[in-house]
Amino acid sequence: MPILGTSLLLAGCGGDLSALDPAGPNAHNVATLWWIMLWGSTAIFLFVSLILCLALTQRGQRLLSPRWLLIGGGLAFPSVVLVALVAVSLALGERLLVYANEAPLRIEAVARQWQWEFRYGDDTNIATLDKLHIPAGRPVDFAVTSDDVIHSFWIPRLGGKMDAIPGHTNTIRLMADKPGTYGGVCAEFCGEGHAIMRFSVQAHEPNEFNDVMQQLSASRAERQQ
Amino acid sequence: MEQPSPVSQIKLHHDLKAIWDTPPGWGFLSAVNHTVLGRRFIIAAFTFFAIGGVLAMLIRAQLATPRSAFVGPDVYNQIFTMHGSVMMFLYAIPMFEGFAIYLLPKMLGARDLAFPRLTAYGFWCYIFGGSILIGAMLLGVAPDSGWFMYTPLSSSTYTPGINADIWLLGITFVEISALSAAVEITVSILKLRAPGMSIDRLPIMAWYLLVTALMMLFGFPPLILGSILLELERAFDLPFFDPTRGGDSLLWQHLFWLFGHPEVYIIFLPAAGAISMMIPTFARHPLVGYRAIIAAIIAVGFLSFGLWVHHMFAVGIPHLALAFFSAASGLVAIPTGLQIFAWIATLAKGRPRFDVPMLYLAGFFVIFVIGGLTGVMLAMVPFNLQAHDTHFVVAHLHYVLVGGFVFPMLAGAYYWLPHITGKVSDHKLAVPAFWLIFIGFNMTFFLMHLTGLLGMPRRIDTYPAEAKWEWLNLLSSVGSFVMTIGFALFVLDIILQVRFGKAFRRNPWQARSLEWATPTPPPSYAFASLPHVESPADWLEPGSLGNDLAAGRGYLGFTRNGWQETLGVGMTDGAPDQVVVLPRSTTLPFWTGLATGTIVLCLLFKLYWLALLPFAVTITLLLCWTRTTGAQSDLGPLPIGRGQTALVHWEAGQPPSWWAMVFVLAADATLFGSLLFGCVFLAMIAPGWPPAVIVLPSYGVMALAAILMIAAALFGRLALRDLNRNRAPTAWLGSAALAHLGACAALVWIIAVDVVDPTQHAHQATLFALLGYAVLHAGVGCILALYGLQRQRSGKLSPIRNLDLRIGKLWHDYAAVAGLVALVAVIVLCWSAGGRP
Repeated sequence: MPILGTSLLLAGCGGDLSALDPAGPNAHNVATLWWIMLWGSTAIFLFVSLILCLALTQRGQRLLSPRWLLIGGGLAFPSVVLVALVAVSLALGERLLVYANEAPLRIEAVARQWQWEFRYGDDTNIATLDKLHIPAGRPVDFAVTSDDVIHSFWIPRLGGKMDAIPGHTNTIRLMADKPGTYGGVCAEFCGEGHAIMRFSVQAHEPNEFNDVMQQLSASRAERQQ
Repeated sequence: MEQPSPVSQIKLHHDLKAIWDTPPGWGFLSAVNHTVLGRRFIIAAFTFFAIGGVLAMLIRAQLATPRSAFVGPDVYNQIFTMHGSVMMFLYAIPMFEGFAIYLLPKMLGARDLAFPRLTAYGFWCYIFGGSILIGAMLLGVAPDSGWFMYTPLSSSTYTPGINADIWLLGITFVEISALSAAVEITVSILKLRAPGMSIDRLPIMAWYLLVTALMMLFGFPPLILGSILLELERAFDLPFFDPTRGGDSLLWQHLFWLFGHPEVYIIFLPAAGAISMMIPTFARHPLVGYRAIIAAIIAVGFLSFGLWVHHMFAVGIPHLALAFFSAASGLVAIPTGLQIFAWIATLAKGRPRFDVPMLYLAGFFVIFVIGGLTGVMLAMVPFNLQAHDTHFVVAHLHYVLVGGFVFPMLAGAYYWLPHITGKVSDHKLAVPAFWLIFIGFNMTFFLMHLTGLLGMPRRIDTYPAEAKWEWLNLLSSVGSFVMTIGFALFVLDIILQVRFGKAFRRNPWQARSLEWATPTPPPSYAFASLPHVESPADWLEPGSLGNDLAAGRGYLGFTRNGWQETLGVGMTDGAPDQVVVLPRSTTLPFWTGLATGTIVLCLLFKLYWLALLPFAVTITLLLCWTRTTGAQSDLGPLPIGRGQTALVHWEAGQPPSWWAMVFVLAADATLFGSLLFGCVFLAMIAPGWPPAVIVLPSYGVMALAAILMIAAALFGRLALRDLNRNRAPTAWLGSAALAHLGACAALVWIIAVDVVDPTQHAHQATLFALLGYAVLHAGVGCILALYGLQRQRSGKLSPIRNLDLRIGKLWHDYAAVAGLVALVAVIVLCWSAGGRP
């Protein structure tokens, strides 16, 4: 019942922060892993419940010999499942790193209480606040760090999160498949403004992205004059 | 040897009662009895559970609707921080301690735990520490950095008020109680059992509690160290966690989760122990796979110390390490699963009988299995990076902790309450209470998995309507109120049972373990005489055994010298090897706890010099504890009944207090190991190294300190040798005290002259911490040497009564080894920072 309910609920659940509505290869892999684990867990849960019911109602005595339960259920079964699961998850995890031939773009994501600053490229000094522009279809390496306390950089529809830790720079590679707007949040509790520390992600067509960068550069130059 | 004359059963009961009972009225402050204190621990823990529950209600009220204005983020942050801290430190740990304190001696066939005054001291530390936290909350200055207190958010730059200090000092204070309970439980299980109860006949609960207590001894020190270092940073600006001065916030995460992950199993294992006691009773069959379960518990104990990094997958850990910790995290599912299948196998082999505790255990099965499955999901790195820090994790941890602890404890409450009260209930409210709690719980937390996957981070106080989480959150909130009604019914049911329950003769569940062989409710001395156990202690005949014991036909079925006596046995074979004389009721633990609490209050209000006063009082009071121990003449073997004799504990080879010192030093060494780890971690990983100013230690003074520390240990050993040869150890003890004092002086000189300013950089701060650790140990060594002198003067030492010096020797040896390691570490750290001579 709960499973069915969940599936029904999911049908109506988009939201620009849903990890179950993936929009990039990283999030796709995790979503795949999630569905595998969900159905696998459901099967295991029903199986264990069935055995417990059989034991309580004193049925299937031959099937439920202690030896079978302890060695089969307690050792062999979880070992096989775990080895398979760890293998699948490692494979899916490693694939996250090699999904494109194109050289990744580098963007610095600097967190502070309570906003995100994004710096693009190496020498142009283009920066935006709480609004992230990325090219669609091209991997981006985010160099994540913090100016004050620990935050966490998370765009659920594109992939996993990465902590922004003062004094350290962590890198995470994400990619958006298609142009569009995606939500981003701070996932690590960072004080009173934690809930409002959001940002939006705009994925552009490659040409459009270059235009945006040029506009940002020009407006910056204007302001500096 | 003269045998004590036989006495009638009623006179025996009367005599034992006169010796063991806690005095009435204000005498309640002097209680040291395990039955009394176990009950108090349980009641206090449940009170804190209710407080934590109210906080949870406030959280759910806030999150029920989007853009909620019920409370602001400042208050909300205090609420969820306190909810987590209260439930973890003031409910779960003390609740299991209460269960253990109440049940253990009775399950082991002893009359009390090994250190009754320590039980009482732990209780008062817990009450005072908990009161500080709750008091701060009522004053609106509760901790607000989350229950895992990540730096730098919790450091003075970002949390300047008293809030974080309340957490660091208050929780550390409560942990004193947890550590003393851990030492006591370990020693009691290993030494204070009924004769004949060899290690392979232990009730399974004792195995669970033994592993749990050992895990606490090794799991709590990293957190205590972390709290001390963070408090040093907040109070005196020592930059252990400040990335701008060579510190690293990640060090806090490592220290915290090095504690935090074992903590989860420290909470689960005692509950699993309770399950392993209840299932055989209701299955009417001995536990299947006793040995396999013991292997599984030990495996869980070891594995749980190798998993802490799975709370830190998103902090930027190298890939290979991620894979390792991911696999290890999955691996822990195997011993846990094995226990579940062993319980199912017991039910399958037996003839299950249904009663209220079984209903709650069924709830445990469902909820805990789901929690375990989501735990395996979270162990998978790619999925973890999505689900980490979202409501999915909130759901998972509640499934594990409520399923793995609260439900078994509710089952345990219904199972053992008749033991405590001597009354049974007719279950009118227990069943609806169960369904309300079970349905309410699942409604609240099952949906939360989905809320998390839809992107809701944890610890946010508001969310926008367009995030599409509002229905899920509203349903969760409704579920939580259903659950609360269930808990209210449970409380009502318990009150009704205590007040109006029907009395019963003995053993209402036909259980087969030893605790049901006591009269119910149990008298203060638990057993009028102690049993001889000849088969597994999980499957005895408590009914007939109980009658025999009440008639005084076991060991120690008499009184002597007004002593509170129980038996100590060989750790593995269970042969009686000593009469343990336990201290009688005294208010000393209360006053000592109060003095310790005053230290904490002084530190909280930054009255550092004033804190020295209650500190001195605490030490003095602790020394007063020893006034009633020991004797001024050698007693030799004493009769223990059944034609056997044993030495009194202070004349025996390895009495409980000697073992206690061994385990205290093991915990202490873990703290020191964590400190060394921290020093190396900062020097190698932290940003901002090498430091601008590198310390060049004075090798001459260091050599002097080293010589003095070795000398102190040597003098301690010579004192013991002289005592054993029947010569006065006075001169050697005096020399040991002086050597410790000299070592203190030399170490302080190094801190003052070479390290100079520990606030400059983590380099100086770590050296300060290492040297400070050595100073503290030399200082305590000095006190112990002087204590030996005082024992000599009061005539309590003899070649046979040499226990005090043997315990002292353990400390002097450890202080020398740890001090030398600290000095070597100082040199290595200076050289590696570039300060080669």
